[in-house]
Amino acid sequence: MNTLILRTVAPSLTALMLLFSVFVLLRGHNEPGGGFIGGLIAASALAIYGIAFGVPSVRRAIRFHPMAIAGFGLLLATLSGLLSIVLGVPFMTGLWIYPVIFEVELPLSTVMSFDIGVYLVVVGAITSIALALEQEPGSDAEGEN
Amino acid sequence: MEALFSILIGLFFTGAIYLVLSKSTVRILLGVVLLGNAVNLLLFTAGRLTREVPPIIPAGMDTLSPGAANPLPQALILTAIVISFSFFAFLLVLTYRAYQELGTDDTDEMRLAEPRNEQLPPVGY
Amino acid sequence: MAAPIDLSAALILSAPPLADWLVVLPVALMIGLGAVLMMVRKSVRLHGGIAIAGLALLVILDAGLLWRVWTHGPVTMVMGRWLPPFGIAFTADLFGAVMALAAAIVALAAGIFALSDIDASGRRYGFYPFLMLLMAGVTGAFLTGDIFNLYVWFEVLLISSFGLLILGSEPEQIDGALKYAVLNLIGTTLFLIAVGYLYAIFGTLNMADIARKAAGLRETAPLTTLTALFILAFAMKAAAFPVNFWLPASYHTPRVTVSALFGGLLTKVGIYSLIRVTIMLFPVEREALSLIVALSAALTMLVGALGALAQNDIRRLVGYVVIAGIGNMMAGVAIGTPAAVSGAILYALHSVVTMTALYLVAGEVGRLGGTWALSGLGGLYRKAPWFSGAAFLLFLAASGLPPLSGLWPKVALLKASLDIGAWWLAAAILVSAFLITLALARVFLLAFWRPQPEPVPEAAAPGGSAVDWRIALPLGCLTGLVVLFGLLPEPLLGLAQTAAEGLGEPAAYIQSVFPGGAAR
Repeated sequence: MNTLILRTVAPSLTALMLLFSVFVLLRGHNEPGGGFIGGLIAASALAIYGIAFGVPSVRRAIRFHPMAIAGFGLLLATLSGLLSIVLGVPFMTGLWIYPVIFEVELPLSTVMSFDIGVYLVVVGAITSIALALEQEPGSDAEGEN
Repeated sequence: MEALFSILIGLFFTGAIYLVLSKSTVRILLGVVLLGNAVNLLLFTAGRLTREVPPIIPAGMDTLSPGAANPLPQALILTAIVISFSFFAFLLVLTYRAYQELGTDDTDEMRLAEPRNEQLPPVGY
Repeated sequence: MAAPIDLSAALILSAPPLADWLVVLPVALMIGLGAVLMMVRKSVRLHGGIAIAGLALLVILDAGLLWRVWTHGPVTMVMGRWLPPFGIAFTADLFGAVMALAAAIVALAAGIFALSDIDASGRRYGFYPFLMLLMAGVTGAFLTGDIFNLYVWFEVLLISSFGLLILGSEPEQIDGALKYAVLNLIGTTLFLIAVGYLYAIFGTLNMADIARKAAGLRETAPLTTLTALFILAFAMKAAAFPVNFWLPASYHTPRVTVSALFGGLLTKVGIYSLIRVTIMLFPVEREALSLIVALSAALTMLVGALGALAQNDIRRLVGYVVIAGIGNMMAGVAIGTPAAVSGAILYALHSVVTMTALYLVAGEVGRLGGTWALSGLGGLYRKAPWFSGAAFLLFLAASGLPPLSGLWPKVALLKASLDIGAWWLAAAILVSAFLITLALARVFLLAFWRPQPEPVPEAAAPGGSAVDWRIALPLGCLTGLVVLFGLLPEPLLGLAQTAAEGLGEPAAYIQSVFPGGAAR
């Protein structure tokens, strides 16, 4: 699978897909898109990179273990839901702030941080499974979700 | 429209059950995937079918436009797709590992956890 | 954005009392802790401490929730401020709260036991994070008030149970896990099919809403078919005959702590859902199907008891004891009177504690004796008298002998089945209890009482007889609970009675979700 063509294209393709995944994630707020589908795109980007350069280089490139990324996403999503305890509204209520940065009003919300959490969970979990499948049989040092 | 979908769902279930009843793990896996899709279609039809108006509130409005599709089944299906997708990924790894470790994809031959001629417990001292 | 819209028609505008958070916090705590443990996956030494502290906190939260429900009636919180039935509701009634508390106690015991049973490699595979997520799924299933949400929690606990099941990925485990995974996945898919039909009929997924709408739809909609589908799905989860064969094929393969958690919790989630759906939502339809459920219950009891008699491996034997218990609870569902349901609830509580403890005993027997086969065990009483005493008490409890916890639910179920004249169901309960007594008495006789058989298995006397607190504490506490409930049953009997009445007449439950009758 790791032909010259794929190895040449893979880095730019991966970068492009990762960028696109973030675009889809943020677009999901008001239009079709969102954390889940964005996470899938990012995970497939990493899978392509893994096919071209092997699993160890993906693990190096993402620095953290995929399950740790998923864990962080899960924590972020949970905390976004729990934040509403402070304001006396039921669990998972969307909370908004509108800070003005460089004279641009930026709507931020727990809805968005929840979605980012979902994105990270999907990236982590699917990447972990994809890497386990791509891994050479026998070298099963850190597979299995 | 609903009747047509019901027939289609029936066909999906038929195929899925046929595959799930097979001995080979890979076929069972395919059957499970087909079963998941059959259920998704079922959920979709359960929410009644409408055409053309997506359940998205247009800009400047506060409510859905009339005749919009029911968004709840779509949310249910999305959840079910996510879950069945992750299960499929897990089962794929598991069947692959099972094939590696047990050397067979025939469920009748997979007797490692329940050996064929297991000893009976002693009846006395 | 600033247009004046009347939000009170769609949103809850008053702040919920802080105590209502007790419904959500147990689940949020478990998910959050699972996430944290996944993040620090490299430093496995921290896992045990964090997880046990978290589980202790979970016990406290669940106890607080139970107290709140006991004093104030069912507690509801709706996600995201949406008014029910549009928002996903978490509703804890007495039944859900007491089951959640029992599950938390058992998980804490198993978490402590795991300190000695699960080695560093098992922890690196993620035992504790999976345990947290499993508890999130179990607690969520007990506390949710939305039937699709129940399905989601089923899946959460299922996927974490997969992770726990293949901890270590030995070939035997992979064999067991494959069967467990496929059959359970088909079971939950059946549940989802039923949910799909339910939504097509009712147009709502909120359980309180379903309960109050069922009466009006009974004439026109095929509710009996729907209930049958639910019963099949939950029977599959609970391992009732004839869909029980995945349990003995898989439950003995993982680490024994994992078996203990599964035997104590997972099948009981199936029973919980069965009781919730048949008794609270579709009581009339349950009546129509009661003969089938009763037959399945009687056969489950007998299959479990006979299976237990035929096993040489004590872990598999305990698996069949679990199945026999499921039959007893199904009998309560089949009879359906408040007395029977309270018997089933009592049995579920007893079973959560006792089955977990039995698996832990099996694990300790395996560690002390070096084998799990009855034919090779012996002399454990001499080696560990205190442990043998605890095991003996637990065996008595699991057989339903006085004065321990197994007696009261069996008495309640027997009386309920005789009250409606189902003598054959009562006979099945008695015969199954008798056979289970034989099977467990034989275990005690062979493994504990008789002298060590001569050909000592290699690695003679592995593990000293020194008392390890990580084993003694959880086993001692669970045995203590069993004895306590056996000697002082009144509080729990009253609680189960109230819980069963609340299920039969869910007015308070509906009132908690729709205060003031609500719109529509």
